[in-house]
Amino acid sequence: MSLLNWIDSRFPLTETWNKHIAEYYAPKNFNFFYFFGSLAMLCLVLQIVTGIFLTMHYKPDAEMAFASVEYIMRDVPGGWFIRYMHSTGASMFFIVIYLHMFRGLIYGSFKGPRELVWLIGMLIYLALMAEAFMGYLLPWGQMSFWGAQVIINLFNTIPYIGDVVSTTIRGDFVISDPTLNRFFAFHVVAVPLILVGLVFVHIVALHTVGSNNPDGVEIKKLKDEKGIPLDGIAFHPYYTVKDIVGVVVFLIVFFFIVFFMPEGGGYFIEHANFEPANALKTPEHIAPVWYFTPFYTVLRAVPDPWYGTLAMFAAIAVLFVLPWLDKNPIKSVRYRNKAHLINLAWFSVTFIVLGVLGVMAVTDGLKELGTRGTQIYFLFFAVTYVHSRPRQVNYLMWFVILLVSVLFWDLLRYDSSFTDNQSSLFWQMLLIPVAYLATTLLLPHFVGAANEEKEVPTRVTG
Amino acid sequence: MKLNSFKLLLAAAFLSLAVAPAAYSAAEKEPNLDANVDVSDKVSLARGAKYYANFCMGCHSLEFSRYNRVATDLGLTEADIKPLIFTRDDDDNIHKPGALMVNALRTKDAIRWFGIAPPDLTVIARSRGGGDWLYSYFKGFYKDDSRPFGVNNLYFPNVGMPHVLQELQGLQQREVDADGNPTSTLTILEPGKLSVGEYDQVAKDLTNFLVYVGEPAQLHRTFYGILTLLFLLVLLVLSYLLKKEFWKDIH
Repeated sequence: MSLLNWIDSRFPLTETWNKHIAEYYAPKNFNFFYFFGSLAMLCLVLQIVTGIFLTMHYKPDAEMAFASVEYIMRDVPGGWFIRYMHSTGASMFFIVIYLHMFRGLIYGSFKGPRELVWLIGMLIYLALMAEAFMGYLLPWGQMSFWGAQVIINLFNTIPYIGDVVSTTIRGDFVISDPTLNRFFAFHVVAVPLILVGLVFVHIVALHTVGSNNPDGVEIKKLKDEKGIPLDGIAFHPYYTVKDIVGVVVFLIVFFFIVFFMPEGGGYFIEHANFEPANALKTPEHIAPVWYFTPFYTVLRAVPDPWYGTLAMFAAIAVLFVLPWLDKNPIKSVRYRNKAHLINLAWFSVTFIVLGVLGVMAVTDGLKELGTRGTQIYFLFFAVTYVHSRPRQVNYLMWFVILLVSVLFWDLLRYDSSFTDNQSSLFWQMLLIPVAYLATTLLLPHFVGAANEEKEVPTRVTG
Repeated sequence: MKLNSFKLLLAAAFLSLAVAPAAYSAAEKEPNLDANVDVSDKVSLARGAKYYANFCMGCHSLEFSRYNRVATDLGLTEADIKPLIFTRDDDDNIHKPGALMVNALRTKDAIRWFGIAPPDLTVIARSRGGGDWLYSYFKGFYKDDSRPFGVNNLYFPNVGMPHVLQELQGLQQREVDADGNPTSTLTILEPGKLSVGEYDQVAKDLTNFLVYVGEPAQLHRTFYGILTLLFLLVLLVLSYLLKKEFWKDIH
């Protein structure tokens, strides 16, 4: 291979290939959840490629944007296919990312030495949300317009400088052509550049510390005489061929949606977005796209707009500090105590409930449920901290502290103007945080079996 | 592979989907009739196109769609579609079949005459989440003297347009119950040119056509979908066998 030698003496091609692919040793016990890293990259590539083709026909102009999308759907050969791949890809990207993050959560992949991998990953998630939000304005439908209206108005609530901030974001006093143009610029150039850069850094950081696994065992601790981890297998060919299977399964789901249900039941492409943006006609029910809805519910759970905005951003920000909240040396849920498993289950259910609530119109019952869900969402992080030292911690004390903080929050929001229905819902649903704290804190205190941690094996299992 | 975490995820998804809607009560709204939309019925689509051009298009354009595309998709020739073209270009020549399906109503005039510009309906079926609402709407007009055009609609309360198909359907009235409250039963007050069954077919043809014109790609995409999925299923078997072959020495 003289060509390869020629390149290698000028660029570390073989070295890079070996470092990141052929001689990157990954634990051999990856399970289902470990497909989503490579699938996330596939989504990124899909979005970039389909996006490039869409920009060839899309017009970022308030007068023409909606029509140009319909032009793509009808007159551009294969345009509908490209557009559906892009719209489906956006939702699938978030499904993949949420499962990827869930994996990190249950197997403790965010813990040392992988804190930076987690932090960079969170930045990717943040950039992805910005990317999706700005992309959603581009079709210039009713939901594009009013969804952006709701989110940009959040910045209005910042004391003193809110007006300036939101006007700067819009480039106008209302959402209009300049807003569409700058969102287009950010969506197709600025944020994708950031995303690709962050993904690169994410992988470099991961390959420096090595992959975690469902057992949370550090495979680098036990190596053979050649310095290869005993439980490690080369990423190529083992995980490349395995990931191909994952990719094919993913594509089956993906193309099933693209070809047979491209609107995703009105969740991937909202029905109301087939009506052109109209600044004079507020839709009766503004629902953001499904992947934002958990945070949207948090926003709606707090009556004061500024504090609601803060709560929404705090709900994202608190994920960043997870590595410093959960100090338990055991990584994987498999070897943690039962209370931790229950805690994770509560969190997963809460996240999905908050998401479902976010697409629904508010009623008294749903609003109260959303508030209680928000409380659990934030309590989870406190309880996670408590579970760091299950043998030494005083569960009773923490139960009281957290219950009091819930009651304090409730005291602040309990209003004498509550209707009978609202106040009875208020008292009934107080049971939810109480049950949550009881199952995660009282249970391990009183039932020894729920507080027992298992011994982490030295080698990976399964 | 340990299934615990997987079970956890499934349980979470199941529980949440069970819990959330339980607390949800939908706002009261007339449930839509079932349109049994069938866009593969090209004869129905063609009839729908004809009715649309004759009854609707004077006010409601289909400005994202083209005549010749409709012709091709419906199995018609350009000569077949020409009788549906009534508008003219800047040189006062009748529009060519490749033209967009616009109409002659100027927005300014429309606002002066109706108070609102009649919306373009190219993607109405999509914004209404399918054809059922449209079908219900076509059948939902009833006599209401308090409205400017003398009619109201069960599925679009206080609708701003007249019952354009009244000469076909006739005029319906809304039944009241024993207490004098309006029910959702509509009966024919003055018969039109068509029987109830014939009018239902007209409503269905129009619905089919509007569902089609909302997304012409739906006529072909399932075909590509089946080919793609068949290919992927074969690829799945092959990739699985490849994986198994490589992984046999990993224990």
